Amino acid sequence: MKEGWKELPIGAIIKEAGSSIKFETGDWRTRKPVLNKEKCINCLFCWVFCPDSSIIVENGEMKGFLYSHCKGCGICAEECPVKAIEMVKEEV
Amino acid sequence: MKIKALTANEAMAEAMRQINPDVVAAYPITPATEIVQHFASFVADGLVTTEFVPVESEHSAMSACIGAAAAGARVMTSTASQGLALMHEVLYIAAALRLPIVICEINRALSAPINIHCDHSDTFGARDSGWIQIYSEDSQEAYDSVIQAVKIAEEAFLPVMVTADGFILSHAMQRIEVLEDEEVKEFLGEPKTPYTVLDTDNPITVGPLDLQDYFFEHKRQEAEAMRLAPPIIEKVGKEFGERFGRYYGLVDPYRLEDAEVAVVVMGSTAGTAKEVVDKLREEGKPAGLLRMRVLRPLPLKEIVENLRDKKVIGVMDRAEGMSGFGGPLYTEIRSGLYDVPSHPPLYNYIYGLGGRDIKPEEIEEIFKELFDAAAGKEIPLVNYKGVRE
Repeated sequence: MKEGWKELPIGAIIKEAGSSIKFETGDWRTRKPVLNKEKCINCLFCWVFCPDSSIIVENGEMKGFLYSHCKGCGICAEECPVKAIEMVKEEV
Repeated sequence: MKIKALTANEAMAEAMRQINPDVVAAYPITPATEIVQHFASFVADGLVTTEFVPVESEHSAMSACIGAAAAGARVMTSTASQGLALMHEVLYIAAALRLPIVICEINRALSAPINIHCDHSDTFGARDSGWIQIYSEDSQEAYDSVIQAVKIAEEAFLPVMVTADGFILSHAMQRIEVLEDEEVKEFLGEPKTPYTVLDTDNPITVGPLDLQDYFFEHKRQEAEAMRLAPPIIEKVGKEFGERFGRYYGLVDPYRLEDAEVAVVVMGSTAGTAKEVVDKLREEGKPAGLLRMRVLRPLPLKEIVENLRDKKVIGVMDRAEGMSGFGGPLYTEIRSGLYDVPSHPPLYNYIYGLGGRDIKPEEIEEIFKELFDAAAGKEIPLVNYKGVRE
């Protein structure tokens, strides 16, 4: 349950740092990126270009997408030098 | 206390000097130029410790004020007319962020046609921005209200604009009782701010995107602050009176209690109209006057209490609301009296646009027409006084 107007801090400020992680933008998406790991060379261009910090990287390896925040812009697929990312239509 | 001969511009600048705000960001504009000019001299002469930001526009002035106030500073600026209009979008931001900024505003007509003289269209244009609005009858009140405004803003956590009529007050010299610097300092105390972005141990975000799921709640909260502002304005006006002998309320009724016909008026015209009321009283005519000192928040209770039992009311508007039905003050007062079961008939007199003088004889004519209406004569609801037909 979200706060009512009497409970919110004055002036629409946010009293907590780093709270944008709580604002999920994944449901804005109409197409989603899908990774073909066999083609991926872990160059991490996708990680560099992703405007929503939605590329999951572990130990220097591309591991997939943070779908709760990925807006489906397709920049990762466009920039991937080996065409390892495909944009596919979201199933409803 | 010192007695000085000052214009409203000089008096408001003097109040700013005594307040010694942390930050003033301002851009000069006629007829408020002198306020900024005098204050800049105070800065140059080392009479204040204020950080003075000479910006390139009024939009930037208010933006800089917002940034400084969000940092926790006591902040003031000054403007008029087109300058206030250029601030328009940022006025709403100052109010919604609940920042206690004070503007010394000099009322001047809005273009076109271009005009530098007094009417109230500029501040009426900012009526719905979430700022408290206090209108001055004379330069003494402008001085007193600027000092009170700082305290009101810091208790309500809403910005306040104090206005004085362009040229009529801004450039006319008057006897002013100026407080001692120490008295002003003691009256105001330390600055109070709703929050500060400079507290790195408790980081906050100011001005984040606020969509369908929270915006409405924040606006409801802001509306509540405005709803709760009248007792704060009254309390500060009373405290000022107790300390310095000049009391201020939300409205200023004059010979109104047993009046049958009343005019409602704002700003310097009230002084002229009070003279006319005195003359009519001497002639045995039950005339009275209600001056609206505060327009935002709208003092609804005071409007009803003071006007409910009058036979006929005339509302004098120094602005044309372009609504197709009279001036903006007229519709406010008319709406305010709607809940009075047998509310008196109200007539509108639009006057003084672009600095056109309003003469005592013209106000006397207005009263005559209103007394005629009280006797049963039909007169138009909306009238223009002093315009060439």
